Amino acid sequence: MISFQELKRSLLVSLWFVFLTFPLMVIKVDPIERIVSWRWENAVFVAIGSFVVSMLVRVFFVQKQRRRERLAAGTLVEREPLIQVILREPRYLYPLVAAVALFALLFPFLFSTYQTNIMITALMYVVLGLGLNIVVGLAGLLDLGYVAFYAVGAYTYALLNLHFDLGFWLVLPIGAMMAALFGVMLGFPVLRLRGDYLAIVTLGFGEIIRLILENWNEFSRGPSGIANISRPGFFGVEMSLESAILYLYYLMMALVVITIFVVNRLQDSRIGRAWIALREDEIACQAMGIDKTKTKLTAFALGATWAGMVGVVFAAKTTFINPASFTFMESAIILCIVVLGGMGSILGVIIGALVLILLPEYLRAFSDYRMLAFGAVLVTMMIFRPQGIIANVRRTYRFEKKQAE
Amino acid sequence: MSTPVLQVTGLSMDFGGIHAMSELDLDVQAGEIVALIGPNGAGKTTFFNCVTGIYNPTAGDILLQPPDGKPVRLNGLKPNKVTEQGMARTFQNIRLFSNMTVLENVMIGRHCRTRSYIAGAVFRNRNTRREEQESVDKSYAILEKIGLAEMVNEFAKNLPYGAQRRLEIGRALATEPFLLLLDEPAAGMNPQETQDLDELITRIRNEGHSILLIEHDMKLVMSLSDRIFVMDYGRKIAQGSPQEVSANPDVIKAYLGEDGDA
Amino acid sequence: MEYFIELLFSGLTRGSIYALIALGYTMVYGIIGLINFAHGEIYMIGAFTSFIVATVLSIYGFPLLAIVLLAGLAAAVWSASYGFTVEKVAYRPLRHAPRLSPLISAIGMSMFLQNYVLLAQTSDFLPFPQLIPDFDFMEPYAHVVASSDLAILVTTALVMVGLTLLIKFSRIGKAMRATAQDRTMAMLVGINVDRVISTTFVIGSALAAIGGMLIASHVGQINFFIGFIAGIKAFTAAVLGGIGSIPGAVLGGFVLGLTESFATGYVSSDYEDVFAFSLLVLILIFKPSGLLGKADIQKV
Repeated sequence: MISFQELKRSLLVSLWFVFLTFPLMVIKVDPIERIVSWRWENAVFVAIGSFVVSMLVRVFFVQKQRRRERLAAGTLVEREPLIQVILREPRYLYPLVAAVALFALLFPFLFSTYQTNIMITALMYVVLGLGLNIVVGLAGLLDLGYVAFYAVGAYTYALLNLHFDLGFWLVLPIGAMMAALFGVMLGFPVLRLRGDYLAIVTLGFGEIIRLILENWNEFSRGPSGIANISRPGFFGVEMSLESAILYLYYLMMALVVITIFVVNRLQDSRIGRAWIALREDEIACQAMGIDKTKTKLTAFALGATWAGMVGVVFAAKTTFINPASFTFMESAIILCIVVLGGMGSILGVIIGALVLILLPEYLRAFSDYRMLAFGAVLVTMMIFRPQGIIANVRRTYRFEKKQAE
Repeated sequence: MSTPVLQVTGLSMDFGGIHAMSELDLDVQAGEIVALIGPNGAGKTTFFNCVTGIYNPTAGDILLQPPDGKPVRLNGLKPNKVTEQGMARTFQNIRLFSNMTVLENVMIGRHCRTRSYIAGAVFRNRNTRREEQESVDKSYAILEKIGLAEMVNEFAKNLPYGAQRRLEIGRALATEPFLLLLDEPAAGMNPQETQDLDELITRIRNEGHSILLIEHDMKLVMSLSDRIFVMDYGRKIAQGSPQEVSANPDVIKAYLGEDGDA
Repeated sequence: MEYFIELLFSGLTRGSIYALIALGYTMVYGIIGLINFAHGEIYMIGAFTSFIVATVLSIYGFPLLAIVLLAGLAAAVWSASYGFTVEKVAYRPLRHAPRLSPLISAIGMSMFLQNYVLLAQTSDFLPFPQLIPDFDFMEPYAHVVASSDLAILVTTALVMVGLTLLIKFSRIGKAMRATAQDRTMAMLVGINVDRVISTTFVIGSALAAIGGMLIASHVGQINFFIGFIAGIKAFTAAVLGGIGSIPGAVLGGFVLGLTESFATGYVSSDYEDVFAFSLLVLILIFKPSGLLGKADIQKV
């Protein structure tokens, strides 16, 4: 039960937050009209909100402690999470996958073009999340400049389309390769860097690329961007907007399926294990014969490849790109997806992407609070559930018991 | 007739003014168990780190002699290259891959002996599948050898301490080394575990490996070693058979108080 | 020649601001090994708080001196409170977590604070009142050195001296140095490590807030996004001087400020930010220990 002590502490917390937020939340000045408005209702919101949150946090930790005690005492047995059971047992998994697949295939016919368009965006972030997952989730390299590869893909298509009239399907592999190339180029300098320095340097790279795109007008058309990019062609047929969106939807679906397939295979392979070893302990990893350089560069390159491909799709979808779409915030959002979903977990990243991209669309009223929520998600997940929504599970093997001699 | 598998001459390591190691000579002959002992801070782990490529020694020569090949100078080689040459190590503070299973930890050791890469991973062609199965089988065989077969699917971080130490040895064995470097493998073990470790190391040597180990547990050292090198303040102060070394006055002086565990 | 002096003072002014913010980064990194990503936002909040207080007081007709002092005090107090709270909420729970966790939390906190100010206030650029009047004795030099330049330099110098005295001679300063060197040992000799860490955040945040107020008055406008770029540049300065070193942060600040000033003055002003980011990248890759720092050897 909640004690008076805890209530008092939460009350104090709440008062502190009222004080803390007072100048910014309560006072609003109009410097031109010289008026001061006092928004006392905000103080009330902060008071109540922080009190509630404080209580919830306290309850969470109490529950966690109790759970730990009961586990140690043996009165509680650790049960396998439901989601893992479903993933493991074919008789649950196959019908579920079939249902999801059916829903996904019929989606554009069940919902409006507008909804389909949103879903395409969500699917793009799924692939971006899975790509970043290779770098951050598996290899443990905190790449804060991931958006740079996204930009490389998009601008590759935009420029090749603009200058040489090359079509989508031709540029898709080119964009992927360009991004991979950039992945290696950006990966090389950071090979020796430790976790937080690597993060800052990759952030720096991302910003440098964006700033170059913004200022080198002769090359990238600067802040005004490139317009009139061709949509993906379907055997040369002219398509209406609805058809184009339909086409893009199935295209993205295919890309998502391929990505899931490839990432799944990679996770459970020699290179996948090398990445995880690298993440777990770089020194031991090297001591066990793994070439750190090659492994890191492979992670960067492969992760970048996906961002590049999605970049090409992005340019084709919106038919207009400019540097403003490739800010650090984008990298932060994709990171948020990976953190929320669970580093290294494919299903987690998919769910994370769908939640973080679709939810703001369907809760339009709260869309202003989107970035605020993303920030809060990052902090909250790190403190309360660092393993993500779906914790990573490694493959289990079955062995025949050998007979004793 | 004995052939050295490892020949270290005049090895020195300076860290900006601190002489961690000065002109150390050491050799390990094929099939030997050699122990490197000395008080804390003598430079033993620094020696390991230099020999395995984590540090680049300031001076000296490290020569590795594979049983079926030319000698290789290890100075300046990266740690993974050193392991590829056939020398593997364990760590003083356990460095397992906590969030991987026991089997996968050992399979990591197979990395430098296998080749499949991205295309193999994605398409799983016949060669890849065969290689993968082979890795699994060989790793499992090692687990059986070190007595961890039951825990095959456990996360490494959930293992009890003694099992973790053994797993590190198993992981190193998976790299198919001919020379195994063990850094305080008995640290923190109770007498029964230490006895099991004694048997394990003997078994490993009898299968054809040479072993160089750093240890503080004198009973284990005396029981296992063919030869002992003693370090103090970064220098070699004695070498010889266990009997010779235990009677050496310099060694006794350096080690005063350290005469074995109960 | 005049242009050169103008650029010189402009560079020193920038450098002062970078130094003030960089101190916060370097002190926190020195004590808990964390890059406080949200520090730039603390600076921004300082600017906003001083803006709000100054504007309110001026509307109510307070004299200029009172406004300056109260706005500065308010900025320092509130930024220090934010710094304290951020540490308690987002970093302390992660003190024993793997290295990347607090960094990710810091990124989240930065995003959160940025958007919090955006939503609580506005996305517009707000005009900041000129808090530092044009001094009469500066008249003959006004075309190369602004009064606010001088005020910033003097304030920064005073603050530096104060901080150095604090770190060197006060009990809390000694405790901070001890904790930075060896946290476990500090705990064992009875230092309340939690309190020392909180104090570090508080001091660093207050310094950043003063920087925020000074630069806002100098530039004349503020916006919720100024923390991001200033934060990165100040971090560059901290690394340039040697992260963890207090004189390093000051040195780095001035070096960055001057180089930026001369580069934009003589070469090109478009690529100003590219220059800072490139410098950051180059230092971290080639000389991460910076000018005054020591290379740290990893123990295996």
